[in-house]
Amino acid sequence: MSTLARKKGVGAVIWDYLTTVDHKKIAILYLIAGGFFFLLGGLEAMIIRIQLAVPNNDFISAGFYNEVLTMHGTTMIFLAAMPLVFAMMNAVVPIQIGARDVAFPFLNALGFWLFFFGGVFLNLSWFLGGAPDAGWTSYASLSLASPTHGIDFYVLGLQISGFGTLIGGINFLVTIINMRAPGMTYMRMPMFTWATFVTSALILFAFPPLTVGLIFMMMDRLFGGNFFDPALGGNTIIWEHLFWIFGHPEVYILVLPAFGIFSEIFATFSRKRLFGYSSMVFATVLIGFLGFMVWAHHMFTVGMGPIANAIFAVATMAIAVPTGIKIFNWLFTMWGGSIRFTTPMIYAVAFIPSFVIGGVTGVMNATAAADYQYHDSYFVVAHFHYVIVGGVVFALLAGAHYWWPKMFGKMLDEKLGKVTFWLFFIGFHLTFFIQHFLGLMGMPRRVFTFLPGQGFETGNMISTVGAFFMAAGTVVLLANVVITTVKGKRVGNDPWEDGRTLEWAVSSPAPEYNFAQTPLVRGLDAYWIEKMEGKKGLTPAEPLGDIHMPNPSILPFVISLGLFVAAFGFLFHQDYAWGTPVGVVGLLITLGAMFFRSIIDDHGFHIHKEEVMEAEKKGAGA
Amino acid sequence: MHVEEKLTAETFPAEPEKATLEGKNKFLGFWFFLGGETVLFASLFATYLALKDSVAGGPSAKELFQMPIVFLATMLLLTSSLTSVYAMHHMRNFDFKKMQLWLGITVFLGAAFLALEIYEFTEYVHEGFKFSTSAFSSAFYTLVGTHGGHVAFGLLWILTLMIRNAKRGLNLYNAPKFYVASLYWHFIDVVWVFIFTVVYLMGMVG
Repeated sequence: MSTLARKKGVGAVIWDYLTTVDHKKIAILYLIAGGFFFLLGGLEAMIIRIQLAVPNNDFISAGFYNEVLTMHGTTMIFLAAMPLVFAMMNAVVPIQIGARDVAFPFLNALGFWLFFFGGVFLNLSWFLGGAPDAGWTSYASLSLASPTHGIDFYVLGLQISGFGTLIGGINFLVTIINMRAPGMTYMRMPMFTWATFVTSALILFAFPPLTVGLIFMMMDRLFGGNFFDPALGGNTIIWEHLFWIFGHPEVYILVLPAFGIFSEIFATFSRKRLFGYSSMVFATVLIGFLGFMVWAHHMFTVGMGPIANAIFAVATMAIAVPTGIKIFNWLFTMWGGSIRFTTPMIYAVAFIPSFVIGGVTGVMNATAAADYQYHDSYFVVAHFHYVIVGGVVFALLAGAHYWWPKMFGKMLDEKLGKVTFWLFFIGFHLTFFIQHFLGLMGMPRRVFTFLPGQGFETGNMISTVGAFFMAAGTVVLLANVVITTVKGKRVGNDPWEDGRTLEWAVSSPAPEYNFAQTPLVRGLDAYWIEKMEGKKGLTPAEPLGDIHMPNPSILPFVISLGLFVAAFGFLFHQDYAWGTPVGVVGLLITLGAMFFRSIIDDHGFHIHKEEVMEAEKKGAGA
Repeated sequence: MHVEEKLTAETFPAEPEKATLEGKNKFLGFWFFLGGETVLFASLFATYLALKDSVAGGPSAKELFQMPIVFLATMLLLTSSLTSVYAMHHMRNFDFKKMQLWLGITVFLGAAFLALEIYEFTEYVHEGFKFSTSAFSSAFYTLVGTHGGHVAFGLLWILTLMIRNAKRGLNLYNAPKFYVASLYWHFIDVVWVFIFTVVYLMGMVG
């Protein structure tokens, strides 16, 4: 049964990835799919910036602009940032805690395929009558009035991919609680694992409100519901609340893993243990907790009244405190360290000022009275791109460079990596810094063009030029990936030489069982401790023996495909007679696959001790 | 302990649902899932409370709800929760036949509850209270219907487990499956207690 070191044809490789339940391969699937959607969202961003380069531009129409703008936001948040975060978590977290796999390998695969089919479904809207056009927040007053099926694609696509995310969150919670190696206490877990843990808890509690909101929207648009229709007693504000009860924690779902990635990078390339580890853990948990208390700061201008606005304003400002703790801890980690400016490290260093700007404008937005001025202007656009790009995208790029050798066994080229960084860094500030001032000068967001003579020309042109810099950086990154894949040299366990955590103690890429023997963890930065004592490998916690592995399965793919078909049918059930039957067939496919999953026993298989020993010998020789 | 071990009443562990790592993972993961479900129902309840008086000229809660049928449904579901406790008690004692019997009674009571709910909904529709009548009707049917959907799924789930394992009895592979199914059933019951209070009692009195 073991698939160790066997040469395979293309068909076999594809089948392997369709059926895999290995977290390392699922990480690669997330990386490829998330990377693809990142390019798509980037393309949409370029269209937006080209349209806004000069006043009265007619590069695209107003209606198409609405679609591009909506899909840019939706794609970047749900289909690019989220899966790329999951790629990092899957690639690293099980190994960081000394586990052989996640708690639910089958559900891990199911989570990926649900996200994937949801994303594909959402993007099919481009070819089937028009994309959603009510903004990524899809406020009910706008989306109920949208004439095409675009919003329905949004509702059903996000519903499917949202289930996938929820499953992923539960999986990582249980993995981190139950699967840690002996000695890996909570307060010895690497920061990225801690961030994943808190993030997963946020996912668990933040996604159900979105699910409910999407159900309401689906009912209203497709099945005659009246949740948001004021004529029949409905209330559009309910959507706003549900969306932001999800939407604000979502910001922390994205940025906490980013903080985790940077914490690893700062410690590694400063060759020092992370400064203030326990305060970092505390700050992460506190941010996660406060993240649920602040959703209405997106709704200051709705008219909730001064008391509600004041409470949410104060709660929002309070988040700056744990975030500030983190910023200072990173600075003190570098202080007195012997710093190496590798590609991941320069992203990390650049992240600090960039993210602090986003944080400062965040506190400005949190001031409810002042927010009436900033609301719906480019100031807000600048603010959230500073936190999402300056925080999350920088972290994903840094993490991709940092863990690329662990995922693929080859180092990305450092020179090209630095070219990417400088293009992206300069482009980012060029694009978004000026938007603060455009916003303060009164330029509204989400409007497809502007008139000459209002003072917006120069700022918008600078912003567009900056976007081209970022695009160029992305092209260099892609070239880097191709060159590395073709020509790169195989690397050993610890290619950065200063790895501190367990993932650097296993071969690159890790064998399918991760650890031949489950390691004994003797402190924070477990691998660093062993290295400092002059040891080459980890201290084992068990004798060498047979290793139990989960079976691959095609069922996650089939379950997700069924929902995809069902969504397709129900979306068209008002237009065509085949709609409802197709929808029912889709649901039957999903339920049938779940039924088979329930009745077929799945005990997994064992890799025998001899095979493990042989594989380890080969790994050591490489 | 290992999944494939052959066990007797003497060697069967006290908590078979948590005796293996797979079982422990299922147990914990399912509790987290129920945490997410709680938030889901909380969102549905909040929306219902916001819209319960928006009848838009259609029937109101006071005009619709009848105590006898709702009370009967409540008793059926509460009792089914109790019988599933008995089933789990026998599972821990490695008494497969009695477990199957009590699970069967649970399924029967659950099915009776579901039949009553379907009857109730068709009555409302006859009285002109359709899903699209008002914001109140949409919120009512979505909240109570989501619960009813959970009941239906739970019935199919428990039945599948009963039939699948009918011939081979209990082991450490299927014990966690029975256990989490019963957890799910309790959760459905707890949600109904809130529906009974917030929707029906408050609807009739308030």
